[in-house]
Amino acid sequence: MGRITVLRAGPLTTVQDLGRPGQRALGVSGGGALDLCAAQVVNLLVGNPGDSALLEVALGGMRLRFEDARRVAWCGGDFEVRVAETTIPAGRPSVVRPGEELIVRGARSGCRAWLAVSGGIDAPAVLGSRSTDLRGHFGGYLGRALQDGDELSLGKAGAPPGEDVRVASWGALPEWALTVIPTPILRVVRGSEWEMFDRESRHAFLETAFKVGAQADRMGARLEGAVLTRKKKRELLSEAVAPGTVQVANDGQPILLLGDCQTIGGYPKIAHVITVDLAPAAQLQPNDTVRFEEVMPAVAAALFAERENDLQKFCVGLNLRYS
Amino acid sequence: MRRRAANSVVAMEIVPLGDSALIVRVGDSLGAVLKTLQKLEAASLPGVTEIAPAFASVAVFFESPKKLERGLACVDTALRRRTRSVKGAVKPRLVEVPVCYESAFGLDLEIVAEHCGLSPNDVVTRHAAARYDVRCVGFTPGFPFLGGLPAKLATPRREKPRALVPAGAVGIGGAQTGIYPLPSPGGWNIIGRTPLQLFDVAREPAALLRAGDRVRFVAVTREEFEAWDG
Repeated sequence: MGRITVLRAGPLTTVQDLGRPGQRALGVSGGGALDLCAAQVVNLLVGNPGDSALLEVALGGMRLRFEDARRVAWCGGDFEVRVAETTIPAGRPSVVRPGEELIVRGARSGCRAWLAVSGGIDAPAVLGSRSTDLRGHFGGYLGRALQDGDELSLGKAGAPPGEDVRVASWGALPEWALTVIPTPILRVVRGSEWEMFDRESRHAFLETAFKVGAQADRMGARLEGAVLTRKKKRELLSEAVAPGTVQVANDGQPILLLGDCQTIGGYPKIAHVITVDLAPAAQLQPNDTVRFEEVMPAVAAALFAERENDLQKFCVGLNLRYS
Repeated sequence: MRRRAANSVVAMEIVPLGDSALIVRVGDSLGAVLKTLQKLEAASLPGVTEIAPAFASVAVFFESPKKLERGLACVDTALRRRTRSVKGAVKPRLVEVPVCYESAFGLDLEIVAEHCGLSPNDVVTRHAAARYDVRCVGFTPGFPFLGGLPAKLATPRREKPRALVPAGAVGIGGAQTGIYPLPSPGGWNIIGRTPLQLFDVAREPAALLRAGDRVRFVAVTREEFEAWDG
């Protein structure tokens, strides 16, 4: 079975998959790759099932050495990825030969990338998932971010990659390959406490830009901008929150929750970023600017259905290619 | 999208949580939350990925926004269904939680005692004499929020949260008490520590406590704490 040696782990590289549903009643968040679409796309590109374990790389600075020949693919922020002396473009399946190194350098824009390796990362499933739960210290690779010197076991890969071509001439749609949108406008549906905010605040939320604060991680991002105030200050009983929830802290500043967010929260929920826009949201880093735009729930549903349909077709096409 | 059940005793409200989940609000009653949870679980609703209770509500997560659109009506119907007794209703378990309240572990016991106008011993006696309900589990994996703290013991959270609260720490935060399952930052006043493992992924289920469980704290000595097995 092949292995990867982590020569340089980078600031926050974790093993992830499509997450850990069904554990919220125990206080365990869904987690998984912050961009679940990208995770499926890169897995499919290398011939893996969409839910195979892969690497989520934050901010780059990663160097891996491969023991055996593998197919690799990555998507996400605008990173520079190289194998030997060849640049590996986003969204294009490529071959790494035995003993070669794969390098991910810092991103020109965006901050996260997902890298799949044929055969997948062979980590034990914990509570039904191979995702790393950083707060709970379980799942993924020993329940923690990767460190220099770690050795990752890989699953059995299908047909050995062809030796001749380094980078495939085909790949994912450009919008799936590079998911960063500079100064994104994230589409939202109203939160259950939307009406509790005064008119000026609701207006400011949708019409003004917010800056991503210094506190931005896999749990969420604190935003800075117009102070959002409620008509009446009232303590709320904590209830469920989810990735995409925009809650407003007591200082009137919004917090955008992401995949590793806690399961319940007591702040008012002004809005929720729709599922398809969690992809650009996963690329936000401190000092980025973000805006919000309201859509109807039916629009959110149609966009999600369209994406699922595209993913399904992509999957069928790749199954033909790799069968 | 707000719906109120017409003929239920407690006003029930269904509100969306983003594009793929909803929250059923049933009022601040553990009984109502558990009943709703059981009804929803028994209904085996199509497209539901998980159901999780909070203090006064139950959240239902769906596979996709389309499934949520269809699920809204199903949830409403499931909750209106009159059921005399829900099959498989779980009897509440009583879980005894040993706690060492000695000064090495009861880091904020003095502060709580002073705030409540009691001696540290009185705080311990009252904390261990009360019966608690697990209202819900959240914040970190396995963290039980307990209802039933004697009003006299309510103490505001620490002004500056601790950067690291050890696993097993028993704390008071406002009118609530709870146990930190994992080392984590925390703002509650720490009055003792349990040797029990509240969360262990090698165990099934991983969390020791679940919503609806009854809890009793039993004071143990430092020696008993150190010698605790499991």
